[in-house]
Amino acid sequence: MTCAAVDRSVPPCAACLRRTWLVARLAGHIEIAWMRRRPLPALLALADDALVAALGGDERPRIEEEYARFDPQVAIAACAAHDVLALCRCDPRYPLRLHELPDPPAVLHVFGQRAGFERCAAQESVAIVGARRGSPYGLEQARGLGRGLAAAGLTVVSGMALGIDAAAHAGALEVDGATIAVLAGGPERPYPASKRRLHERIAATGAVLSELPPGTGARRWCFPARNRLIAALTRATVVVEAGERSGSLITASLATDLGRDVAAVPGLVTAPLAAGTNALIADGATLVRGAHDVLELLFGAAGVVARTPAPDAGLEPDLAALLNRVRGGQDTVAALVGEGCAVDATLAGLAQLELRGLLRRLAGGRYLPAAPE
Amino acid sequence: MLARVVTFAIDGIDSRPVVVEVDIRPGLPAFLIVGLADAAVREARERVRGAINNSGFDFPARRITANLAPAHLPKIGPGFDAALAVGVLVASGQCAADGLERTAVFGDLSLTGALRPCRGLLAVAEGARRAGMDRLIVAREGAAEAAVVDGVEIAAVEDLKAMVDVLGGAPAPPPAPQMGGLRPAADVLDLSDVRGHELPLRALEIAAAGGHNLLFEGPPGSGKTMLATRLPGLLPPLSRAEALEVTRIHSVAGVEHRGGLVTERPFRAPHHTISAPGLVGGGRVPTPGEASLAHNGVLFLDELSEFPRASLEALRQPIEDGRVTVVRGQRALSFPTRFTLVAATNPCPCGFAGSERQCGCSEAEIARYRRRLSSPLLDRLDLLVNVARPSAAELQASARESSAAVRDRVLAARERQLRRLDGTAARCNAQMDARLLRSRIEVAADARRALGRAYDAGGLSVRGHDRVLRVARTIADLAERDAVVLADVLQALALRLPDGGAEALAA
Repeated sequence: MTCAAVDRSVPPCAACLRRTWLVARLAGHIEIAWMRRRPLPALLALADDALVAALGGDERPRIEEEYARFDPQVAIAACAAHDVLALCRCDPRYPLRLHELPDPPAVLHVFGQRAGFERCAAQESVAIVGARRGSPYGLEQARGLGRGLAAAGLTVVSGMALGIDAAAHAGALEVDGATIAVLAGGPERPYPASKRRLHERIAATGAVLSELPPGTGARRWCFPARNRLIAALTRATVVVEAGERSGSLITASLATDLGRDVAAVPGLVTAPLAAGTNALIADGATLVRGAHDVLELLFGAAGVVARTPAPDAGLEPDLAALLNRVRGGQDTVAALVGEGCAVDATLAGLAQLELRGLLRRLAGGRYLPAAPE
Repeated sequence: MLARVVTFAIDGIDSRPVVVEVDIRPGLPAFLIVGLADAAVREARERVRGAINNSGFDFPARRITANLAPAHLPKIGPGFDAALAVGVLVASGQCAADGLERTAVFGDLSLTGALRPCRGLLAVAEGARRAGMDRLIVAREGAAEAAVVDGVEIAAVEDLKAMVDVLGGAPAPPPAPQMGGLRPAADVLDLSDVRGHELPLRALEIAAAGGHNLLFEGPPGSGKTMLATRLPGLLPPLSRAEALEVTRIHSVAGVEHRGGLVTERPFRAPHHTISAPGLVGGGRVPTPGEASLAHNGVLFLDELSEFPRASLEALRQPIEDGRVTVVRGQRALSFPTRFTLVAATNPCPCGFAGSERQCGCSEAEIARYRRRLSSPLLDRLDLLVNVARPSAAELQASARESSAAVRDRVLAARERQLRRLDGTAARCNAQMDARLLRSRIEVAADARRALGRAYDAGGLSVRGHDRVLRVARTIADLAERDAVVLADVLQALALRLPDGGAEALAA
């Protein structure tokens, strides 16, 4: 299924295409300016000629000439060749929320099944972001949130980065939910490359978006630029795990600037990866213990899907005690054994809890409390 | 006059009889050795000449021809010196010939005439018995090893002169008895020295009882190697046949074992830079590799992911079959390789993922590290155990039970298995194939259901399912139960390797 044929009724307009081409053409110059600490939003808000004047430097005459010779049909054909749908600002299908940005992308490039994108666009969406080096706890929580929110009919939006992002997408896909990935470079190329399979699956049932045309490689400035899209597209941004200086905190602050809700999953006060999220909560972000907290934030008490009874209701006392010890942080058999708890009984109990879906067994024999299904 | 002396050549880990025929004719002085002798054997000429002269005999200045029969068997020296010298002496009338029908000789000679021991004395003594010899004359040093064999009298002499005297009818001195062993006698590895590590020790007991292979995973310094070295002490004592095998293999390979019969199970821990032939055997002169040296004992592969894939692939068949076949020219030699495999690995490249210390590895690095764990071998590992540094409280706890106590339980469990598997090729639970699992095991209904649930949930492959069942059967044997119950299956599930091999281990 391709989106090759651009809807004749609303073709992307030449002005928007040219703007997109220009931004991609000046990517390297923007990178240098950004590294020299020129603020990105101000740059991207400049009109075309001002942008060239500001950044062109020695190449200015050449760029101006290329700009004059720009042929929109070439851009349209390039998108078609990569199965990418180009939605310009003037298109009624262009996500309304993006217009709230001071510098919305001129063209939104969509890679994936048309039906998937339409389905995603028709629903409310929530962003789930977080650290690339997520801990098993964070990854499990992200997955659980992805599952829960997608199952409740929301679209899960994230950046398909390693760690939390990927886990959130995976969770949504597990329940055949809607998920959108926003990439820093062109939408048709999986980044990071190791997430190729995930990229395929998202494109098959959801959509992969990008501000940049197909074939564009991602520069460093493209990542914060991409984050503003994630913040803007969604009704709320949930940060699952973040160190003190994580990029996902920037996404959260962009969301706040746009008037979106911000929520965070807490962590142990001693954990480095919880420093950012705990700080967000201290500053007023909603505390998230599960998908239900996000649903309550968005829709109030009425919006909360009837919760399935707690899976550990009716658990035998010794299993419940074991589960609570694991939840309390004693997550290896070595830690759990001792003080009269025999190895055999502990092993059997852990296996029981795993069979009932309450624990997940990690490599090397560590156990992790499972997020609710 | 033609002399015939019986000696032996090492062939793989056995010996074959070689008849040394010596013929002396008038003619220009010469000493020819024929019969596919290699360079080392041909050097024997000088040693034999020197030894004969220095022992008070005369080296005949005539044309001497020695043939090592059978001619199609390559003779790889040394070890033929003694037979050659005796042959020359008999052919020149300086040594008595009667008695050579039933007496064999073996050994190297030094120029002074002293008799030197060679590798493979046990194999030679066994060969002598098989060939129907009554007596075998060998060097005094190391003769205790040959004396282990019943059915053939061993005479231990110092030098060529003494050998000739014995052949002439002098009394044959028996060898001094000696206790064989692989480790220094004082160095006993006992479980009672271990502090903490409840879970790994339980896993070791299960591995020992059922013959299961084991994977330890944990940070550096957590004690994986220390735990692995305790395993041989938990296994049942070697039977005499097994002890002979172990001694013979070590003897042929030239590994130090203090003469005499080895009575402890071997523990081999090759470094991961070892080559494939070093691991499974081979080389220009086919010698047993680490896998054979570990036969009837334990092979420990530390840092499993550092071993080259080719070496681990070479191990796959030997683990499956219990033997490895090495082909040289048109000859195929077979070495036994039935051992318990213990492997150890770190959870990630820096080694500290999941421990108290902060792990600095990225997701991609960890995934790449785990992919290097070879899946052919992961298939053979029944138990996965997480090893952690013991806590301070555990280190200061009182001593636990000794290896002997655990060994008794292991022995009892093994006996139950032998009774249950009587009449089949399997000798322990780990060797049960799918058919035996269906026919010889009784499983309680709730245990079956739990196993089925685990399988359906997607966490188990078919192989994984059978492996869990084998381990559960061993746990039940240790608890002296006839049927496998739910608790046994649950424990086995908690100890299993994640299925899907290395990818699944990359959580």
